Amino acid sequence: MLANMIIVGMADLKAVKAPGALTTLGLGSCVGIALYDAKAQVAGLAHCMLPDSKQIQNNSNVAKFVDTAMIKLIADMEKLGAKRMNMKAKIAGGAQMFAFNATNDNLRIGDRNIEATIKLLKQYNIPLMAKECGENYGRTVELFADDGRFVIKSVGRGVKTV
Amino acid sequence: MGSFSADKIFNDSHLDVMKELGSMGTAHAATALAKLINRKVTMPVPNVSWIEFSNVADFMGGPESIIVGILVSVTGQIQGMMMFLMPMESARSLTKAFLGKERDTQEEDYAFDDMERSVIEEVGNIMISSYLSSMAGLTNINFKPSVPFVSIDMAQAILSVPAIEFGKMADRVLFLESQIQVQAEEGKADVDCSGCFILVPNLHSFFRILRALGVE
Repeated sequence: MLANMIIVGMADLKAVKAPGALTTLGLGSCVGIALYDAKAQVAGLAHCMLPDSKQIQNNSNVAKFVDTAMIKLIADMEKLGAKRMNMKAKIAGGAQMFAFNATNDNLRIGDRNIEATIKLLKQYNIPLMAKECGENYGRTVELFADDGRFVIKSVGRGVKTV
Repeated sequence: MGSFSADKIFNDSHLDVMKELGSMGTAHAATALAKLINRKVTMPVPNVSWIEFSNVADFMGGPESIIVGILVSVTGQIQGMMMFLMPMESARSLTKAFLGKERDTQEEDYAFDDMERSVIEEVGNIMISSYLSSMAGLTNINFKPSVPFVSIDMAQAILSVPAIEFGKMADRVLFLESQIQVQAEEGKADVDCSGCFILVPNLHSFFRILRALGVE
């Protein structure tokens, strides 16, 4: 791992300028939302657990929810000089870690996180460039602020760069 | 009611009750394991604690360490799920004790064959079921466990499942850390089956359990 790589924890978000990079480890059903402005060379990464803050009473941590995390992530990136109109998105995670025959909404939380993220990106007019989602395995991701490249690592599945 | 969270609602006496439940549950699980492999097992008093989301994976060796998770969903009078987590070494030493075979060291560390996987599934199932039945006996609440599901992956990815459930009511996860140690015997290798139980009831079910034990 690079020396200037900053770790984003579970229910956490961060933004950096080049030559910085961000990583979040072991995304399971959580979704990793990577935004970048290649022109300003600013990147932001969020590790969200739940799709919607409005459905939960205990919602003080904005990074925990897709809807509130997206607002904060965009704002933090703008503070570093990024422009919303130049932002692009890459997302990963939203896996179903256990092979339930899931009809129960609680158990398909991964899908719901992804659906919520895609819907919001459309609302904010941020194009979705890559999507490494679903299936049943965990993912570690790295996002580089200089060109927005997004590296995905999984157990036994090697490394992929998008 | 504004923002409320489970970690504020729970006090020390609630944790003590959960610890007691955890001890009984683990004892039952350990007994079941002892019968299954026909060996003596020991267990220290379990640890019960609330762990912050950012630290959950440290409990299992760090976010990217590969672990084995067995999950059973629970319905009936209680809604939720119960998990048993163990490090790879525990899973390896268990499968070896059952199948009596040395693994091929050429294989990747996380790879289990079908037999090994079903051993893990079954051991997890028996341990979780005995844990739940002990809880059912103490609380007089009826728990209906599903079949077991296994996942072998990065600790943080597996722990995202209970963390998300707890995330709906708190910013922490309630961990019951139980260790079950199988003693060495003549001609038989030491088996280490330490691991963690995580009970994930929804908030309503949590209070139902506490009420059943006379805690308000």
